[in-house]
Amino acid sequence: MRNSRKFSKRMLREAGQGYTFMFPVIFTLGLFVIGPILYAIYLSFNDVQLLGGTSYEFVGLENFKEIFSDYRAQVSLKNTIFYVAIVVPSQTILALVLAATLNAGLKGQKFFRIVYFLPTLTSSAVLTLIFMWMYNQNGLINQLLKIVGLPTYNWIGDPAIALKAIMIMNIWATAPFFMVIYLAALQDIPESLYEAAELDGANAIQKFWFITVPYLKPVTSFVVIMGIIGTFQLFDQSYIFSGGDGGPNNSTLTVVLLIYQYAFKSLGTMGYAAALAIALAIVIFVATIIQRKFDKEESLY
Amino acid sequence: MRSFNFKKTLLYVVLCIYAVITLVPFLWALSSSFKTLEEIVRGTISFIPENFTLNNYKEIFVNQELFPRWLLNSVIIGVIGTALNLLFNSMAGYALARLRFPGRKSLFLIILAVLMIPMQVTMIPNYLILKSLGWLDTYHGMIIPAMVNATFIFMMRQFFINFPKELEESAALDGLSRFGIFFRIVLPLAKPALAAQAIFVFMALWNDFMRPLIILSSPEMFTLPLGLNSFKGQFISYWNYIMAASMVFTLPVLVIYMFFNRFFIKGISFTGGK
Repeated sequence: MRNSRKFSKRMLREAGQGYTFMFPVIFTLGLFVIGPILYAIYLSFNDVQLLGGTSYEFVGLENFKEIFSDYRAQVSLKNTIFYVAIVVPSQTILALVLAATLNAGLKGQKFFRIVYFLPTLTSSAVLTLIFMWMYNQNGLINQLLKIVGLPTYNWIGDPAIALKAIMIMNIWATAPFFMVIYLAALQDIPESLYEAAELDGANAIQKFWFITVPYLKPVTSFVVIMGIIGTFQLFDQSYIFSGGDGGPNNSTLTVVLLIYQYAFKSLGTMGYAAALAIALAIVIFVATIIQRKFDKEESLY
Repeated sequence: MRSFNFKKTLLYVVLCIYAVITLVPFLWALSSSFKTLEEIVRGTISFIPENFTLNNYKEIFVNQELFPRWLLNSVIIGVIGTALNLLFNSMAGYALARLRFPGRKSLFLIILAVLMIPMQVTMIPNYLILKSLGWLDTYHGMIIPAMVNATFIFMMRQFFINFPKELEESAALDGLSRFGIFFRIVLPLAKPALAAQAIFVFMALWNDFMRPLIILSSPEMFTLPLGLNSFKGQFISYWNYIMAASMVFTLPVLVIYMFFNRFFIKGISFTGGK
């Protein structure tokens, strides 16, 4: 009897300590993450007016229905999906190739790794400004293109080019981050696999394709999912590139930029913006699930 | 032997070409920040300024009163935010790894779930919550919602699970309280994990663009990314100023990276990959 009471007292104390240690997290996540998720769902079913106080009017699924008749929502979704479809595979392949090259046991690896990593450290705002400076009409990139005899572009002002200019910049900026993840994984591949392949007469490319790539599959899956989640949320670059309006001619309008505009730039559309945000979360969620399914099926053989 | 050398050379060529691709934008920005406006508009390719000048830096620090203020705001938010994150994420990670209390499992699951929620969902309600608290356009409005981070709570939990228990037990026998054990034994031994966390959290706060864009409205409260963006609008064709400001913005992160490089790589393999 005494023993069990003592025991429960200890348990009680440990529980108290547990909650004390967790308190800042429970408070912050509760007030600024969990609460807001429920609040966002509520907002998405309402018409929200921000004049003076905040007023809500329940409109059911109206906001979600509106997405289908909103021309700019469709453009932004198209831009975003195009962006994801190009950037995710490109940065993944580039990251893998860079990691494999860096892992070949050459001297000066450390130097290259530090250099490659610079863009990952630098803020998106700074990178965007540097690239806007280089993308200038007679900026560095056009000058270089001229020297080698290639056509030059109006990178920032041409609606057919602007989004691609952001793509190039972001592939360049994000690939090194995933390269480091690949590098860590490459170090775990047993050397004996390569030795066995060498005995069988495999060349470097065959070794890469038949040992390295399959071995890295789980990591690739992770890199692709992280890439999908990240690219769907493109905002800073589009915002700075276009001065906030998604131009020229809506060509750099992404879903998140549109959500921002509806929530904070135009009045009376905050509920609709919340609906768009929830729709985006669902799209990202579905995309990652599809990726995983696809990955599993592929690994069956 | 010859083919081996050829392969090596090829690899070096690939590595060097990509190093150039990585470095050119930075070098171009750096050299532009030391050029005169006249040389900038001429648009000739030269990485070495004709008339090396520090005027651009002088302009942003001396004539632009707000620039030092933006720097200060970024430092305040970055440093305080990082310190709170280190403390609270570690406390939570420790509790989730070591202490038994009802609801522990569900809390852990909630933290995992939070990792998957895109911030766009919460940003509109957060704006309204901060507005009703009167926290818009303040330091605490920027810091408090970001003072914990699910990714690093998770990382710290993984770290503490593999942490030897014996030390803590002997400290408890010596009469140290739970808090004493945590602050005097556990935290000092968690330095590598804390260092990795510090770099990532500080960088995220320092580089953040969207949250300050929504929360901060008066130019005196701007952080560097916002300030830089408004700078661009104001000095639309003064790329020499914009590049100088960009360089000032980037330097602190580079310095931190140079010092903590090894933790950095470790941190990425902590959070990502495996």
